[in-house]
Amino acid sequence: MALGLGCTAKPGKAKENKTGSWRTFRPEFLHEKCTKCGLCSQVCPEGCIAEDGEGQPVPDYDYCKGCGLCAEECPSQAIEMKKEEK
Amino acid sequence: MTGESCGLFEYGHRACGGCAAAMAARTILDAAGKDTIVVSATGCMEVFSTPYPETAWKVPWIHSLFENNSAVASGIVASLKKQGRKEKVIALGGDGATFDIGILCLSGAFERGHDFVYICYDNEAYMNTGIQRSGATPYDASTTTSPAGKCSTGNRRPKKDLPMILAAHGAPYVATASIAYLPDLKKKVEKALATEGPCYLQVHAPCCTGWGFEGEKTMAIGKLAIETGLWVNYEMEEGKVTRVKKVVRKPVEAYLKEQRRFRHLFKPTRNEPEIAKIQAVADRNAERFGIDIKLKK
Amino acid sequence: MMEFMEGSHAVAHSVKHCRPEVIAAYPITPQTHIVEALAEMVANCQLDAEYITVESEFSALSACLGASAAGSRVYSATTSQGLALMFEVCFNCAGMRMPVVMSIVNRAMGAPLSIWNDQQDSISLRDSGWLQFYAEDNQEAADLHYLAYKVAEDRNVLLPAFVCFDGFILSHTYEPVDMLTQEQADSYLPRYTPVQRLDSADPISFGLFASPDYYMEFRYQIDQAVKGAAKKIASAGREFGEMFGRDYSDLVESYRLDDADCAIVAMGSICGTVKDAIDEMRKDGKKVGLLRLRSFRPFPEKEVRSALAGVNRVAVLDKNVSLGTKGAVALEVRDALYGQQVPVLDYIIALGGRDVRKKDIRAVVDMAGQGKGDLFYGLRQELVS
Repeated sequence: MALGLGCTAKPGKAKENKTGSWRTFRPEFLHEKCTKCGLCSQVCPEGCIAEDGEGQPVPDYDYCKGCGLCAEECPSQAIEMKKEEK
Repeated sequence: MTGESCGLFEYGHRACGGCAAAMAARTILDAAGKDTIVVSATGCMEVFSTPYPETAWKVPWIHSLFENNSAVASGIVASLKKQGRKEKVIALGGDGATFDIGILCLSGAFERGHDFVYICYDNEAYMNTGIQRSGATPYDASTTTSPAGKCSTGNRRPKKDLPMILAAHGAPYVATASIAYLPDLKKKVEKALATEGPCYLQVHAPCCTGWGFEGEKTMAIGKLAIETGLWVNYEMEEGKVTRVKKVVRKPVEAYLKEQRRFRHLFKPTRNEPEIAKIQAVADRNAERFGIDIKLKK
Repeated sequence: MMEFMEGSHAVAHSVKHCRPEVIAAYPITPQTHIVEALAEMVANCQLDAEYITVESEFSALSACLGASAAGSRVYSATTSQGLALMFEVCFNCAGMRMPVVMSIVNRAMGAPLSIWNDQQDSISLRDSGWLQFYAEDNQEAADLHYLAYKVAEDRNVLLPAFVCFDGFILSHTYEPVDMLTQEQADSYLPRYTPVQRLDSADPISFGLFASPDYYMEFRYQIDQAVKGAAKKIASAGREFGEMFGRDYSDLVESYRLDDADCAIVAMGSICGTVKDAIDEMRKDGKKVGLLRLRSFRPFPEKEVRSALAGVNRVAVLDKNVSLGTKGAVALEVRDALYGQQVPVLDYIIALGGRDVRKKDIRAVVDMAGQGKGDLFYGLRQELVS
């Protein structure tokens, strides 16, 4: 692999660092309680909560660090943090 | 799932869980869009987002040094102008880069009037090097270089009023924001980018690691800063305060007692005189900006 | 076209002919005449450049770095304390492979404060990864700017370059200079096409940090690029010679060295005096020659070795000193001659503008003949004893 001239890099490789392995708590999304407000997706520092076709949040556990911000901020208490079992 | 939920700031970055700076970066890029060149100062955000060869930035991005992002941005703006290119330029820095080591370059760039937006993510200390005090550290905060101790109540000086310093340079738009109010932050970034000339945005970015709270509380802590009057969200246009976020104020201890950096004010015993001094800071802010919502009796 | 010009103005005109798109500079004696001249050209629409009047040298070079990253040809000029203030950015420009060209109007470093000439400023940046050229006279100072851009911007080089010339001695002295026309300059130096740039159409990140797994390889590549620049200097210098009659293909210049017993090694304007002194000494039957280094980075190791192969002793005139050891040029010449028996004697000379006359050169050669060297030449003993 040739080095990027002057320590440059193209985007696309950050994704290879799967930060999901950092997690000790895992957000569980309770779809029946979700009002599809989108706040969880907005506050996620990783940006790893997408929406499915119906507007339901879909977390990417490959990257979710389990910080719990989404659960804390969810106005409908529709996200529960559960201890990760590995 | 491999969605594009991350927008222009890719996941895989190494920020702490619950990092406000990462939230800020995402929101800023979301507001700015892809035709933006970002100049980062050395600091947490730079380090957690760009270990070679993994860059989280999907916009053109450059990091040179700790203290020169405004000067590098000046050069980029001049170059784009010469080339007739239309990209926007944002310089990003933490409070250490902005308030302290980079203020010479920042002042020069604002005085010269380059068309760019400077955004400071203000986590009120040098976090990248291990929580040392900066010119943005608030009064009495305990940091590793202003530790509370038997004869110290933490940082001895109040926070530098940098937005006013930059407004005094003639900046057409100066604003403060907080990661606790992301849509507001987004709107201010958009407004700053749409305003010609050097604009300054200072974003309160509570740091769970440096301030001592759980990562899930980042937004809540940010809200408390505003609700106690210790942080004021406002906008200044052409040197005049034009908009202020008003609140029904809570006593400052609601904010202080949630953070390890102020723990010495409550344990082993409550330090009433010091808490009163911090309350006075909030009271002065409230008076100066008129943030109090008067409840009808 | 031959013109009678001040050194600074000759350089400013060369720079103008190089068509820099962004100029960022901060005033400092004795560099000011260059940046004033360029500002005037911009003000009179003779030069179509963005001119940033920065608040410090630190910002001057930082702005150049940014503009270079965005894809522009850039220029700055400084000296002494200004260059020292740029120290951090200098390493950055080289590490980030930005082909910035900067004039260094050589001046002493404080303390004590001195506005006068020596070469301590640029020499102190020898480890930074910048190419370093030293001009003997104003003609060369003017010409080397074209060469510097041509070499710095080469795809196999991509490094920043100093064009160094002695403060006041050259910068403020009027000499006849054969100036290129804009057409000639354009035919030699094409418009700058960056290899990579900040561009939203193809976003890349510049200036990532490198872990121990990568850092050494990046530094190795810079080192290779500095060394490899010699090849481009040779071709670009030859091309200049073919086009305009002044050949800069060699990193060094030999003067009456062929049969010399004693070789003087020096850089910059002092070499004019040395050449005159050599001519006089030759008349007296003394076989003295000069090896002038035009390029200090890359260091012309091979050239030094071959040029000095036949001499009995080498006297290095160092307008700098690495305090606590010796002059930088002597150390490197000695290194180049490692394993050979020839003594290399160092003379720290002309610091802070102390004048050097032909008789001083003769004295140095006499001292070298006695094996006496590695000293500060011409100290006022009454002040230091």
